Amino acid sequence: MSETVTALNGAVWSKGIATITEAPLQGMITLRGDLSISAIKKAAKTATGMAVPGPGKATVDGDTGLCWMSPDEILVLCPYSQVAETLDKMTAVLAKTHALAVDVSDARAVFQVSGPLARDVMAKLAPVDFSADAFAPGMFRRSRMAQVAAAFWMPDADRFQIVCFRSQSQYMFDLLKVAAQPGSEIQKP
Amino acid sequence: MLILTCPCCGQTGEETEFHAGGEAHLTRFGPGSSDDDFEGYLFMRENPKGVHFERWRHVYGCGKWFHAARCTMTLEVFGTYAAQTTEPPQELRDKISAKRPGWSWGAFS
Repeated sequence: MSETVTALNGAVWSKGIATITEAPLQGMITLRGDLSISAIKKAAKTATGMAVPGPGKATVDGDTGLCWMSPDEILVLCPYSQVAETLDKMTAVLAKTHALAVDVSDARAVFQVSGPLARDVMAKLAPVDFSADAFAPGMFRRSRMAQVAAAFWMPDADRFQIVCFRSQSQYMFDLLKVAAQPGSEIQKP
Repeated sequence: MLILTCPCCGQTGEETEFHAGGEAHLTRFGPGSSDDDFEGYLFMRENPKGVHFERWRHVYGCGKWFHAARCTMTLEVFGTYAAQTTEPPQELRDKISAKRPGWSWGAFS
């Protein structure tokens, strides 16, 4: 069996106003279908034990969770080692439903921006209101970061988790490093 | 800056998160139509100063298409609505009438 690695081998950069980390391998399953159908909800629940979150929301606990991607798409997060097993369980539930569940773990890269100034770093890159009352833990947003598509949420008040395409991981890492340059803070910590 | 709210996912973003998809509510004339109808469908577009209806796609977000009504002069967005319709909803037309009395656009007013 080949040894799977993340795109940047867990690169870390902490010389700036926030720490940029490439997260370890994360299991990700795309679940597409009509989210109002009970079989789809059941598949999501079978995979994670959680209920399907509403629009713009994510329910994430560690490396397990559900993220609302679009009116017909849910991103299922699970431990990387359990993807095949989780997928089997979901496929069984979805057997008679028009739906799609696909392992996309290796197509993506995950980054973390952490520190009290993490909001500054994010605010420079995405056209999203990152004030504390507009974007808070529990919310989920798909947007762009500079020139690439990204989805992000906050595991806690000082941390952002970003998902982007694996082929764009070096770009994303460099981008975050530039946005976190020393002395580039917008607000006082 | 043009700020749009996607009616599919409810997110509000500025225009770089979206992609413009041209004029809204075109009637397609395909094989078997007259040359004039086909030419009109293919080439003739509204180019208003004021109220305009467009198609947009939330390309960096949920990926869905929708319609938007906006003012080409002030970039004011009157509203966004579902892609699955052939005309702007009456409620939105009333709203535009209140702000831009006497507006007309194509067959709508």
